[in-house]
Amino acid sequence: MTGPAGEGPAVEITVDGAAVAARPGELLIEACERNGVYIPRFCYHPRMASVGMCRMCLVTVDTGRGPSLQPSCMVTVAEAMAVETESAAAVKAQNGVLEFLLINHPLDCPVCDKGGECPLQDQTMAYGPGESRFVEEKRHFEKPIAISATVHLDRERCILCDRCTRFADQVAGDPLISFMGRGGATEVNTFADEPFASYFSGNTVQICPVGALTAEPYRFKARPWDLTEAVSTAWVDSVGARVSVQSSRNRVLRVQGVDADAVNWGWLTDKERFGFEALDSDGRVTGPLVRDAATGALVPASWADAATRAVEALSRAPAERVAVLGGARLTNESQYAWAKLAKGVIGTDNVDAQLDDGLPPELVLSLPRATIDEVCRPGGVIVLLGGDPKEELGSLYLRLRHAVVSDGATLIEITPRATGLSGLAAHSLHPRPGETAELMRALLAAAATGAADGGAAGCDRAAIAAAAAALDGEFTVVLGRGSLAETADSAAAAAAMLAGRGSVRFLPVLRRGNVNGAFDAGLAPGLAPGRTLLAAGTDRLAGIWPRVPARPGRDARAVLKAASVGEIDVLVLLGADPLNDFSDRAVAANALDGAGSVIAVDLFVNDSAARAADVVLAAAGPTETEGTFTNIEGRVSPMAQKVTPPGTARADWMIAADLARRLGADLGFASPAEIRSEMAEASELHRALTPEALAASPVEGVMLAGTQIPVPAVEAPVAPGSRGLRLVATRTMYDDGVMLRHCPSSRGLARGPEARVNPAALYRIDARPSTTVRVSSARGHLDATLVVDEGVPVGAVAVGWLAPGAPANALIEAGSPVTEVTVEAR
Amino acid sequence: MSRLTADNEARARRIMALYPRPKSALIPLLHLAQSQDGHLTDEAVRHVAELVGITPAEAAGTATFYEMFKFHPVGRYLVNVCTNISCALLGADDLVAHASAALGVKPGGTTDDGMFTLETVECMAACTEAPCLAVNYRYRLRVTPNDFDDLVAAIRSGDIDQEIPHHGTLARVHQEIPEGRMAGISSPEQARAAPAWMAAGAEGAG
Ligand code: SF4
Ligand code: FES
Ligand code: FES
Repeated sequence: MTGPAGEGPAVEITVDGAAVAARPGELLIEACERNGVYIPRFCYHPRMASVGMCRMCLVTVDTGRGPSLQPSCMVTVAEAMAVETESAAAVKAQNGVLEFLLINHPLDCPVCDKGGECPLQDQTMAYGPGESRFVEEKRHFEKPIAISATVHLDRERCILCDRCTRFADQVAGDPLISFMGRGGATEVNTFADEPFASYFSGNTVQICPVGALTAEPYRFKARPWDLTEAVSTAWVDSVGARVSVQSSRNRVLRVQGVDADAVNWGWLTDKERFGFEALDSDGRVTGPLVRDAATGALVPASWADAATRAVEALSRAPAERVAVLGGARLTNESQYAWAKLAKGVIGTDNVDAQLDDGLPPELVLSLPRATIDEVCRPGGVIVLLGGDPKEELGSLYLRLRHAVVSDGATLIEITPRATGLSGLAAHSLHPRPGETAELMRALLAAAATGAADGGAAGCDRAAIAAAAAALDGEFTVVLGRGSLAETADSAAAAAAMLAGRGSVRFLPVLRRGNVNGAFDAGLAPGLAPGRTLLAAGTDRLAGIWPRVPARPGRDARAVLKAASVGEIDVLVLLGADPLNDFSDRAVAANALDGAGSVIAVDLFVNDSAARAADVVLAAAGPTETEGTFTNIEGRVSPMAQKVTPPGTARADWMIAADLARRLGADLGFASPAEIRSEMAEASELHRALTPEALAASPVEGVMLAGTQIPVPAVEAPVAPGSRGLRLVATRTMYDDGVMLRHCPSSRGLARGPEARVNPAALYRIDARPSTTVRVSSARGHLDATLVVDEGVPVGAVAVGWLAPGAPANALIEAGSPVTEVTVEAR
Repeated sequence: MSRLTADNEARARRIMALYPRPKSALIPLLHLAQSQDGHLTDEAVRHVAELVGITPAEAAGTATFYEMFKFHPVGRYLVNVCTNISCALLGADDLVAHASAALGVKPGGTTDDGMFTLETVECMAACTEAPCLAVNYRYRLRVTPNDFDDLVAAIRSGDIDQEIPHHGTLARVHQEIPEGRMAGISSPEQARAAPAWMAAGAEGAG
């Protein structure tokens, strides 16, 4: 790919008679644009390699051998180059190219979604001949064909610019669309029965310079001139990709990627792009609900009634018998408001934004951080310790993929099973479940001595020695949570060992929405706002919060275990769904049943709320409230309110403020801006987050760096000795989560339940591949299709976390170092 | 719907071994698939893609670029009549009309017995011998309607079976290079280095 032009002295060129300083190695089209001369183009895209496909960018170039027409997207600048972008020859070429392009274009602009924002339409108006001499029949194709569940292709409109096909191949690594045929018969298409099933397919719709590619959610919904937009941040995962949220008449109709150079380069996953559909779905909670004592159903209630019920329960309960789980869905401001309500007003520290599905917050916050750019540095060495970025954090996956494929980065993955990056990794190590720390110990010992003693954690000696050799110099660590069928202890110990190496920096990739903002706001046990331990933050908070909990509280696992034995009086689910997201389904169910009152604050009635909530408070969604979002790097960017919340739903911080008022306390703020200024008082970290800083960097955001927390000592757990089959449970892009269930374009994309085993382990299983098997543990069982997969370690069975109808947490016992399972035919 | 037979898969692997990268063997493998079935079936394209490690869409993208790969069944004998300028000037249109009438199919069509597919094509680079045609890419020059009838009769009788094998057959004899005789292959990276003789030459010159 073109990448940034190199450093070095400027290259002096002349553009339309004016002297221009270009960067060495820069493409002519870029140098001109940077200096205010726009050259029309169709195929050129700054984030992909040039192909010189459309010839729209022809300009007259003279390098001393006389002027000639050259495609400016294929020519790099050279000293003393003289360029005429509007010479008679260039204008004639532009006219000619457009006349040719329109020969086969249907000119159905009045019924085309792209009309009004179409580069072909715009450039024809600006540079076209005005009239065509072509009177023959145009080529015809079946009007749009569905090339995937979401994307439609109208081949008549296509100008064969190679953008979509290049994206699929170079950027996404899913070359499932290609040019077929040749000459006048060339078309873009998929293979016969293999749809363009890429997690990133929606990007092709955004970059298509004509209306050939359209996406189901936006087709025939609006004209571009009816849309207004606001730059915001994607909320479905924690990468913080920048987006433009576009709406018309108070409805969000489309989300497009925005090119933030430090983050997502304009690309989005389909989940980030189309996830907005859920917010407008029938399942949305548009007003408070309360449990009807007579029928047991959740019925609509007024805010006054619902809030009164919630507050009655809260005021009856002793602080240490109140718990608040979740909060990663919220904006930073709402998270702070809830932290203040829970810790500062109610006085409980039983607060956890994770559901035993991440890493210990103290460890994560203590580690020296790396930015995405630092991780993806050309020629760098990246250690991936955790899950599969392709499944969990798609837009980060694209950056990592680019770093390896185009920028010479070396990837070493230490993951519970093969990932979407395995094909690109220099070294892939998949330790036996529960033995990541053993592997890391062996790896670091081998790196120190230059030779591996032997195998470890099921990985062989040669593989360990080879990977260790790559750890010789500087490297960064992408640190996430791998398998959910084991505790985070072993992986956390491995991370701590790496941290002990000094210069190593980490990009923590906990995947859940704004979980990083939640940590920074103090929504975890033992934490105060600003990456500070509660004990250390007490003084600072004294004048700002009515009280501060004296002792660290319980984490999610401890809260749910306590609730299941009746030790929690009020359980607040702040967008949390323990039944589906907590590691242990049985404990989650018992906790929901055993808690005195359950109060859900959510956009939907998730399975947990449906089972047990006494009160559901309707929250505003991410496009319906103003605030900020903190990504994996600590980068804070705005979330924009584009539409009003449905019904009487309101922002989470307003709900917190309302409950506080009813509890007799005043949170002391009346807008997100006021919350931000209080945060700057309450936390050293947030002082950088001034209105000026946010306004100055509307796309890249403001980086919050630094920590007050020392790296904690992490004990490596003793490696489990058993030789049985162990479960690996990892997240998948599409699952049976509540948001996806309510998103029409992704419903049905979740793969059915599969149990994957290494071919070498097949002999241990009395069942044939492709048949249904029962995976059982001491805890429970699930049925899945048996699939042979070389990427699964030999002693393991791998399942998706929340496959429809087969939740992995039915098998797992919270807090056990590994989950042993058996597999047998059904 | 047919994947490569076990024999052909083994042959495919031998062909792949002749190239530094499996992907480079794509075209030869597509020819192999076409020789097996007379045209490229979806299953065979998928199989070839699997063998060389690309997606079926990529394989089909390459395959469809080439006229000589067919994606629908064609007759045992594919008759290409040139209708470009030299041939047109010397009666190609009449020849096509005659061929159509004689075979009972329009250009693009296949006879009911599956023996012949008639196609018109652009210049076959035999302009000096116009009008010309090719049957399974074996040329016939200065073809008169009578010549055409004789050719069809000869094919039907099996007389020139030796000369014109059925469609898809590139060659009846497959080249096999015994292990010991292989000169070895060098990857593009290796090939980029200056050949040994150059260094030797430089020394000599010095
Ligand atoms: S579909 Fe659009 S992006 Fe793809 S080649 Fe055609 S014009 Fe270009
Ligand atoms: S933009 Fe340069 S050839 Fe298309
Ligand atoms: S025109 Fe017929 S062979 Fe050239």
